[in-house]
Amino acid sequence: MGKTTTSASISTGLARRGHKTVVIDFDVGLRNLDLIMNCERRVVYDFVNVIQGEASLNQALIRDKRVDTLYILPASQTREKEALTKEGVEAVINELSETFDYIVCDSPAGIEHGAQMALYYADEAVVVTNPEVSSVRDSDRILGILQSKSRRAEMSQDPVKEHLLLTRYNPERVERGEMLSVSDVEEILAIPLLGVIPESQVVLNASNQGTPVILEEESDAGQAYDDAVARLLGEEREHRFMTAQKKGFFSRMFKG
Amino acid sequence: MSFLDYFKSKKTNTASIAKERLQIIVAHERGHREQPDYLPQLQQELLAVIRKYVQIDDDMVQVEVDRNDSCSILELNVTLPEH
Repeated sequence: MGKTTTSASISTGLARRGHKTVVIDFDVGLRNLDLIMNCERRVVYDFVNVIQGEASLNQALIRDKRVDTLYILPASQTREKEALTKEGVEAVINELSETFDYIVCDSPAGIEHGAQMALYYADEAVVVTNPEVSSVRDSDRILGILQSKSRRAEMSQDPVKEHLLLTRYNPERVERGEMLSVSDVEEILAIPLLGVIPESQVVLNASNQGTPVILEEESDAGQAYDDAVARLLGEEREHRFMTAQKKGFFSRMFKG
Repeated sequence: MSFLDYFKSKKTNTASIAKERLQIIVAHERGHREQPDYLPQLQQELLAVIRKYVQIDDDMVQVEVDRNDSCSILELNVTLPEH
């Protein structure tokens, strides 16, 4: 659905603006953030090693080669998901928050233990949705969990701030009535829109090479992620890439 | 259908079908989300008690909780079979 792609781009975007940022992969057993961020061969220790005291945070953190205020904490590839305990995760997050401005938690799919651990300590949540029925329904389920099972909910604090990020959006198909529109999804989920990432070949090309899409500055998807990061930091930016581009006669003829 | 309508080709708007289906299922699931955890078991036990006297089907006992600002109302609906 684009959670890992989005985590990579948002954390890179935050770090590029000078904020010291760490991105944590919560998908124990199905580690992939390292691959998307091109540091898969530099993983020595992981999140679970740190929780279980087998390595220090400094040993496990991988410093990004492109943006020097960005660090990656990879997931464990071998342990059981239950190795992520609430207490263990809390200790790591507390230690990280002493030195980092932003902690981005990349949640695994589903609503099981890993996803619940990723969202438990959140102050803000970016819900990544595709304009597709199953994805929108799942997003509503995860919103329910944010509202009832996060620490903020359990402690009756202010709720986790929710953001909707719609990925793989294809305005042409929306215009033809083949795809849910941004306003449809906004209306169903009823949370504020952070951004719309257009469906683009650039996304696959970027992940093939281990480059966060946001660094593809010329591309629409890259710019859309940059807008989303700016909005996350409170900047006002108009939404782009939401309408189909009118094709002229010749581009129709030659590009199909 | 007129001749012109044929050319307009009425493609079914599947996006609007998707939206409608989602609105229904999401509203339904949100309703359940706010229900207390004990409801399914309460329903089963009520069924068992009523079955001591009348034979009824599983879906003939409906239990729901409605929350207002000041109080919660437990709504119990039992449909008895016709004779």
